Parts: sequence; C-alpha cells; structure tokens
Amino acid sequence: MLIKTIFSGFGGQGVLMMGFSLAQSAMNKGYQVTYLPAYGAEVRGGTANCTIAVGDEEIASPVASEPDYLVVMNSPSLTTFQNKIISGGTIFLNSSIIEARPSRKDVRVYAIPCGDIAQELGNIRAANIVMMGTFIKITKILPAEDYLKSIETIMGGKKKSVTEINRKAFAIGFDFVKN
Amino acid sequence: MNKILMSGNNIIAEAAIRAGCRFYAGYPITPQNELTEYMAEHMRNVPGGVFIQSESEIAAIHMIIGASATGTRVMTSSSSPGISLKQEGISSMAACELPGVIVNIMRGGPGLGNIRPAQGDYFQATRGGGHGDYRTIVYGPATCQELADLTMDAFDLADKYRTPVMILADGMMGQMMEPVIFKKPKPRKYSEKFMLKGAGAGKSKFIRGLILDAIEMEEHNWKLERKYKIIVDNETLHEEHRTDDAEFVIVAYGTAARIAKGAIKRLRDNGMKVGLFRPITLWPFPELKLRALSGKVKNFLVFEMSTGQMLEDVRLTLQGYANIEFHGRPGGVVPTPAELANVIARHYDKKD
Amino acid sequence: MAKKVFGRPKSLKEAIYHYCPGCGHSIVHRLVAEVIDELDIRGITIGVPPAGCAVLAYNYFDVDMIEAQHGRGPATATGIKRSLPDRIVFSYQGDGDLAAIGIAESFHAANRGENITVIFINNAVYGMTGGQMAPTTMLEQKTTTTPAGRNRTLDGYPVKVCELFSQLRGTTYIERCTVNSPASVNKTKKAIKKAFQCQIDGKGFSLIEILSPCPTNWKLNAIDSCKWIDEVMSKEFPLGVFKDNLAPVKKTGEADPC
Ligand SMILES: Cc1ncc(C[n+]2csc(CCOP(=O)(O)OP(=O)(O)O)c2C)c(N)n1
Ligand code: SF4
Repeated sequence: MLIKTIFSGFGGQGVLMMGFSLAQSAMNKGYQVTYLPAYGAEVRGGTANCTIAVGDEEIASPVASEPDYLVVMNSPSLTTFQNKIISGGTIFLNSSIIEARPSRKDVRVYAIPCGDIAQELGNIRAANIVMMGTFIKITKILPAEDYLKSIETIMGGKKKSVTEINRKAFAIGFDFVKN
Repeated sequence: MNKILMSGNNIIAEAAIRAGCRFYAGYPITPQNELTEYMAEHMRNVPGGVFIQSESEIAAIHMIIGASATGTRVMTSSSSPGISLKQEGISSMAACELPGVIVNIMRGGPGLGNIRPAQGDYFQATRGGGHGDYRTIVYGPATCQELADLTMDAFDLADKYRTPVMILADGMMGQMMEPVIFKKPKPRKYSEKFMLKGAGAGKSKFIRGLILDAIEMEEHNWKLERKYKIIVDNETLHEEHRTDDAEFVIVAYGTAARIAKGAIKRLRDNGMKVGLFRPITLWPFPELKLRALSGKVKNFLVFEMSTGQMLEDVRLTLQGYANIEFHGRPGGVVPTPAELANVIARHYDKKD
Repeated sequence: MAKKVFGRPKSLKEAIYHYCPGCGHSIVHRLVAEVIDELDIRGITIGVPPAGCAVLAYNYFDVDMIEAQHGRGPATATGIKRSLPDRIVFSYQGDGDLAAIGIAESFHAANRGENITVIFINNAVYGMTGGQMAPTTMLEQKTTTTPAGRNRTLDGYPVKVCELFSQLRGTTYIERCTVNSPASVNKTKKAIKKAFQCQIDGKGFSLIEILSPCPTNWKLNAIDSCKWIDEVMSKEFPLGVFKDNLAPVKKTGEADPC
C-alpha cells in the first residue's frame, strides 16, 4: 500500500497541521510516512500545501506524481491541483468557500461545508478538523480513534475546551458522509 | 526506541548536538533557517553549548575555526550563496587540519538564484570549493534517517582525519519530515595534542595555514594528499537498489535518488528492469563500486537537479565501460517520479 | 654581581624579527609580551595573528597561536573565547586587516562586547603587500595605489576606528597611542596592560590602536617616520582614551576619597 495526499489552502486554515497530523498518526500506527511542505516564496501571499505519503514499505519518493487524494480548503488550490490527481482519485473540498466544482469527471468529489460547521461549533479554526473527520472516514487510512489520539498529543498543552471542540468537529465531519 | 517525526533541518541540528557539537555559528538563509533556529533554541540548554548568530557566513566559518582549534566539536550551516562565502574558511580548515562539519542545504543558483531544492553545488563541494590543493569529505544523504546518521558520522570522520566534512543536501531534504531514530553517538576520539588551550607551563603551539617556504609547503600538500588517498580507499559509501537483475541503471544522489526510486517503481510495474546506483559519499566518489557494476550492466543514466555535475564523475568512472545518458532539471525544479519514468522509458527502449 | 635590568620577555621566542628597521610591529610585539609576562598569563593566553606584516607573529610570541585569514581575526578569536572563556584571547591586526576586509568581523565582535583584546596597528598603508592605500591612509598621502595622493572624492576619508568603535555600546576600553618616542612607548604599554586587565576582569571588549611607523612604505627614515606621526598622522588620529567603562562611575555629590 502507498497512498499520497496533497493538502492545500490558505495559510492560517491549518493545512500543514492536517498533513502533519495525518503523517504523525500514521507513523504511530506503524506506517512509513513522509511529510513534504511547500515553503518560502511559495507560501508567501497566503497559500500553503503539503504532500503526505503513507505506505507499508519504504517510501521511495516524497514527491507525488499523481496523488490519490486531494484536500482543498480554498478555490485557488482547486485550480492549482485538480489536474494533478490520479484518475479515480478523490477530492475533498471546503464547500463553505469553494463554489466551483472540479471539471474532471473521473474523480470522486466530497463537498463538505467544513467552514460553516466549524463556525456553528464556535471556532472557525476547527474547519480543518471537520475535514479530517470526513477524510479519515472515506480513506480509512487509519481508525478514527488513532487519529484523534495523535492530534491530542500534537496539541499537547492546549486547553481541554480545545480538545473537546476538536473531538466534536471531527465527529461531525466523520458522520457527514456515508461510507 | 521511539521514532520522531522531524524536519531534515531539525534532524541535522539535533543529531549534531547529540554527537557532542558544542559550538555552532550561522547566518540566516532559506531553506536552512530551521537548522539555525533549532541550534539557537537548544544549544543554550546544553552545558558548554555556544550558539552565535554571526554577522555573515564568513564570520561564522572563522568562528568555528577558532572554536575547533580549542578542541570543541563545531558546526556551521548555510545554503548555496552562503557556502560560497564560507569557502575561504573551509580551505583554511583543510590547510590547518581542523575538524568541523559544514552543512549545505542547496538551493537554485547561480547567483542569488531561488530557494527551491537544487543540486548545483556538487562541483563546489566535491572539488574542494575554495582555493588550493585540498578536498572535503562530502556526504549526500537521501532520507531523514540518513541525515541523522551521517551527521553523527560526519563529526567522527572530521576528527579521524582532522578535516572539514560537508553534508550536501537540498531544500527539500531540509524541509521534509520523516520518522527518525537517533542512534547512540560513539565516544569522541580526538587527541589533546591538537588542541590549543594555552601553553600552561609547557611549550607553546601554533596552528597556521601560511607556509612561506615552497618546499615545506609542497611537503604539506603531499601530506594532505596522502591523507586524502587513505580517505578514498576507506570511506566511500553507496547504495544499490534493485540492481541485481537490472538492465538499466540510474545514477543519482540525494533528493534526485528519491525521485529515481519512485520512477523505478513505476518502470518495474511496466516490466522494465531498472535499478539505482546511489553514491552516499560524493567525495570520495564510489568509483570502484560503480565500475564493478558496469561488468553486468551496460546502460546508465545520470539524473541530477543540475545541468550535469556528478555526470563528470560518472564519465570518469564509466567512460569506455558503458553507455552514459543524462537527464537534468536545474534551477530548483523537482520533477515527479512519473516524469522521470517517462524519460527513462524512452532511453530504456533504445538501449542495446 | 651584575643585576639584570633588561632582557627578553619570557613570552617572546628566541627569534630574530623579520620586520624592517624602525618598524612599529617589533616594538608592539615586545610590549604585548612584557604585559603577558607581567600579568603572568602566558600559560592561558591564545593569540590570533593576522594576514599582514605580522603574519609570522607565531614565530615570535611564545604563547599558543592560530593564524587567521585576512581580516577574520576577531571571528576566530570569538570562537576561541566562547569555547574557552577563562583563557585570555587577543587578536593582532593591521589597518587593512581590521578596517577594510575585516571591518564587519571587527565591528560585530566589538558590538557583541566579546571579552577579547584587539591590538590594532595603524600604519596608514598596507605594509605587507607593498604600500598600497589603507583605509587609514591620510588625505593627499601618496601610496602605490594613490600615486597622486589619496583623493577624497575617489578614495574617501581615513577611517577613524577608535572614534567609531567607542560609539558601540558593546565596547569597554578603547585608546589610541603611538610608539614614536620612549614616553609614548611607555604609555602604550600601560594602555595594553589596561586592555588585558579589562579582559582578565571579564569587563568586555578592549581595543588599543597604535599609530605605528612604516619607514619602508612611507619612504622616510626611522627618525622622520616618528616625526611624521607627530606632525601629520596624529593630527588626523588624535591620541587619547576614547572609551573607558572601567573607570568607577562617580555619583554626583559623592566626596572624592582622597
Ligand atoms: C583574502 C585576501 N586578500 C588579500 C590578501 C593579501 N594581503 C595580505 S596582507 C594585506 C594587507 C595588510 O595590510 P595591513 O592590514 O594594514 O597590515 P600591515 O601589513 O600594514 O601590517 C593584504 C591585502 C590576503 N592575504 N587575503
Ligand atoms: S613594511 Fe612597514 S609594517 Fe611591514 S615590516 Fe616593514 S616597516 Fe613594518
């Protein structure tokens, strides 16, 4: 098994955090992982993205030719990455702010209003965790509980209220889609 | 032991501290800033640890020269343009036989270039880089685990041969995160007699690069050369990946080798017998091992994120033994494995 | 039995200087060595000679030494001092070394307040390379690269190191002296001793600039060189203490103890 995912969006949407938490939890589960962030000038002007590879044997290239999954949190990222994804792959998009839909017909699309959901929960910053709920449900890269445990360690010192919001946000995203 | 998910830049810094590096000086430059920042954060918590943000890369290398002369384990890091500035000091370290580790997280060049990953500093690193007849040992790691292991080994080799050792990686390796396990560092072996600590009641010593007498200077040059010969004979490292049944072999190092491994996977899925020869020491270049491989494989392709620099070492090794093709993406472009696989497939079809 | 009143300082090796007759380097070497002896710090001193006429200083000083690349002395000295804070570290530099190619390293070592001592030989030329213009060359002064004299429009002005460095909050003791007469030599020795004492006491960066004759490149004999320092050079580079943070701060209204 080898799964490559690109997470992308505005800086501040927690895009790198999504990738990092996936890599960290997959590593804890015993998988091989690589986390490759875009950096420097590329992330100036507000966009951010990272590529995560998860596999059960040595990961050859951390660079993805054709990622299996694409998570887009804003419109420019959809434009940039939609043609990169492999035929038959899956796009997860933040429908709270992305109106357009992929022009390709050979990919599955999940439109999650994760911004609105997070807003209702009282913290727009949890939008990325809502999206991760959906992502983990669909991709089944690892069990939800393993993922949640990892983000709690990553967020370590954070307040209990944050942990609770994260758990709720994750659960809503998870239940938003059917298998 | 627990695996830690860390970025390449942080791994180098952590490995250095664990290896006993107690003096670091550096000047900010992307894409290696995290290394400098990690040192700033962590050196102050290590007993005897010194961190200095120097006024320039030139100052940084000369600071580590001073600290190295006292017998302290030292490191400096930078990216391409800053490494150019350090060359004066690297030449000086080679001349004065002072150990130390220099990290180059390469970016696009020449000139200011850009901050994307590139491999354009191979010549500079492996040919000595600065003025004069000397060499630096150069490691070209390709995984985060190797960054950790080779950084530790670099300090040992620097001491063993009393010479500067360079870690040559690129922006992608610096930024990328992979799980890593830090091995236990070896106890340091470095004689007091090479350290300047003040003469005490005894005879004073001096360390110098200036030798005005030509005959004496010549002898010093031959002495260094004899040392380099021993390094060539004993310290080459390389990896062979799926070369057992290969009919076509890619030669690549560092990030380019990672891309190549991805490409090989794709090519193998399509029935093409492609393997990889990956030099881990770039100087000394694993010449004999590569030539040995040409005993059974006749088609090679060098892939670099440059216009073709390691290509020259491969030619020196394989010219007359095998066919040598080249594919390069200079300037900060990192091709995808699929793209490289397409290039290889074309050459694979043409091979004899 | 005769009483020995004058001899070679312990911290100087039995070697014959390669310096030209009348050169200030020889005098300053001796002064530094005498100070090291008097302060009894030979065993814990590490010196950093420059590229310049003093490049062979390691052949003369009987203390541990590491020669620096041109201008980089204060960076190398920083590395030594930070690694071995209880050693006494000095950098010995010419005007080209300190104020041209190495101005950044010197300036920033001073600004960081490194607890080191800089002995700065200002001879208004590049001695070693044959008398070219230095940053401290006088206006109108002829050198091999200013054959018509230093021209303010083309070559700028003499760089005043003491004046500049004394403005830096990182510096502790800064004095300009000369070695063109017995009295000035004695004064210089006192200054050098004060600078080393400053370091021993952990008080921070000290720099002693010494207006130093270079008869060879000034194309003057030794006596006239000494005169030239009085009549020309010290007009541009006035002697004196430029910074002394060692002096106890007197609170207003406090009576003088004596
Ligand atoms: C990088 C570099 N550039 C140039 C030189 C040549 N060089 C050696 S000494 C010197 C000037 C020395 O002048 P100064 O510092 O005033 O010392 P002096 O010889 O007058 O005592 C120069 C330019 C060098 N050694 N290194
Ligand atoms: S050239 Fe000048 S500075 Fe150099 S040794 Fe001769 S007199 Fe002294």
